[in-house]
Amino acid sequence: MELIVASSVGVLTAGGVYLVLRLRAFPVILGLALLSYAANIFLFASGRLRINAPPVLNKYAEAVYSDPLPQALTLTAIVIAFGMTALLVMVALGAFIEAGDDRIDMTEADHAGEAVRKDGAA
Amino acid sequence: MSHWIIAPIILPALLAPLIAFVMRYDIVLARAASFAGALVLVAIAVGLAVISADGAVHVYDLGNWPAPFGIVLVLDRLSAVLVLLTAVLALIVLSHAAATGWDTRGRHFHALFQFQIMGICGAFLTGDAFNLFVFFEILLIASYGLMIHGGGKVRLQAGLQYVVMNLAGSTLFLIALGTLYAATGTLNLADLAVKVREIPIEEAALIRVAAMLLMVVFAIKAALFPIQFWLPATYANAPAPVAALFAIMTKVGAYAIIRIHSMIFGPEIAATDGLTGTWLFPAAAVTLAIGAFGVLGARRLMPLLAFSVVASMGTMMLAVAAFTPWATTAALYYLIHSTFAAAALFLLADLVVSRRPEGDRLDPAPATVQNGLFAALFFAGAVAMAGMPPLSGFLGKLMILDSLRDPQFMALGWTAVLAGSLLVIVGLARAGSVLFWRSTAVAAHVPAADDAEARPASPLEVAPTMAAIGMTALLAAFAGPLTDFLDAGSRQVFHAEDYIAAVLGPQEVPEVTQPEPDAVEDPVQEEG
Repeated sequence: MELIVASSVGVLTAGGVYLVLRLRAFPVILGLALLSYAANIFLFASGRLRINAPPVLNKYAEAVYSDPLPQALTLTAIVIAFGMTALLVMVALGAFIEAGDDRIDMTEADHAGEAVRKDGAA
Repeated sequence: MSHWIIAPIILPALLAPLIAFVMRYDIVLARAASFAGALVLVAIAVGLAVISADGAVHVYDLGNWPAPFGIVLVLDRLSAVLVLLTAVLALIVLSHAAATGWDTRGRHFHALFQFQIMGICGAFLTGDAFNLFVFFEILLIASYGLMIHGGGKVRLQAGLQYVVMNLAGSTLFLIALGTLYAATGTLNLADLAVKVREIPIEEAALIRVAAMLLMVVFAIKAALFPIQFWLPATYANAPAPVAALFAIMTKVGAYAIIRIHSMIFGPEIAATDGLTGTWLFPAAAVTLAIGAFGVLGARRLMPLLAFSVVASMGTMMLAVAAFTPWATTAALYYLIHSTFAAAALFLLADLVVSRRPEGDRLDPAPATVQNGLFAALFFAGAVAMAGMPPLSGFLGKLMILDSLRDPQFMALGWTAVLAGSLLVIVGLARAGSVLFWRSTAVAAHVPAADDAEARPASPLEVAPTMAAIGMTALLAAFAGPLTDFLDAGSRQVFHAEDYIAAVLGPQEVPEVTQPEPDAVEDPVQEEG
């Protein structure tokens, strides 16, 4: 099991990093989603991997239990990553509609200061 | 247990949804609520500073769960002074945004603003590493909204880069926390400090990885080399009042480095001895150089100011990287100063740029309506930012130079600070003369009467900029008492036993053990 979990974290991270380094918004969003999956699995595994061990203590018997804290952390991380990905999609859509393409880098013309002049006139 | 400790988080947390849901169509009501919130926050922050001045570490157990099982908020001098800084800056920025009408150029400015304050105050007060991650996310998600406030093609593109950069940083933060938890079994800062002290160097590999990963995460926030590149594009394209508020966001990263890498992975701890300072110090020097050259080479005003923020972060982190109490005091003084100096310049830039037909490009253009006033304010702001007397930047840089007297820091540190200051002075002087002097030589531009460019700035619009510059003057005037307070604060940070005793109880305080020099030397070299 350790091999499967460890290699899935590795593969997800590698794929995520590759996609994040692309120049278009859509692959970058997918890459960040993959990276957050990798982080979640990694976080889950940080409390040791155990099968058939609920995160509940039994005070009447010597029960096998797993560490509940990483599970709670993973849950929080999933919620945050989900919300952030949704927000990222909205920002990327906004940029796509305004600019007409989903290039993530900025051209020289973009740097020439259109945004600020526009505000000045507003 | 004082309940006031949680007030800086609860107040904006309640106010923000109220503004978003109840006052969304009524800008006057939203402004009034936001202002009331900011004023009350300043009062609370002053109260907290007074509470913390007694020298004790105050702990707030959320839900009355004892640490390390429950989440704690911790108030010491360092947290109190930074919460107060946040509150005062928020009030200044909010006045500017309301006076210039920035808050009406998009939806939900005030709600996002309050959420941002909540995240920043929470990050300064929390005593739990995972909670720190959550507050980072809160302040980031609010900053995404504020960054693209007002919209526009370039701003949305720059905003997208900013969001992507920070999401990657958050993922790294999670991985660092997972590593830390796997190695120590806790995420409470005080408990971490105890556990890390107990781990011998032979078994410290995971801890060292986690410490470096955390430093990378905080370095992204603090815009340190080699991950400073997001800052100029973000600050230059953000709405100016938001850029002024963001002046405190880089400081959150610096605060986290001071708190975690001084207290938990401090210089005298066997497991992480010499780990962070080795990398942080040269990185800070390079950051300062990039900032200074950026100021010199910028062809637009907003990127120029953004690079001056990078330079000030480099200056500050030089002192942080020395990891001594006096150097941390100097860094904290410079932190407070540079926040107000950067805010003043960004707010002033907004007033000037919105009245120039050339926008923020540093080309000669006809003089604006109040050329004299703006020139005087820019001069004062530039004096503060560059570190010339009589404003507080001079004292801050002097303290940093004084704290870097150690021969191992002196050559690089002094050269970087002094040469960097010179370049920043030249860059700011050049920008000022193009903007305000050469403009008088260009043929007078006669704008139509109803043109936005012809409208002189009202006293209300100029007041926040003056207040920010006034704060740097106050910092210089009251440098003595402030430095005493900050020095006590940084001693508190370096004397982690107080923090541990307050959070976990006195029985948990580890005995002070000095690492043996021989045992520590070899693994450090191997790592390098």
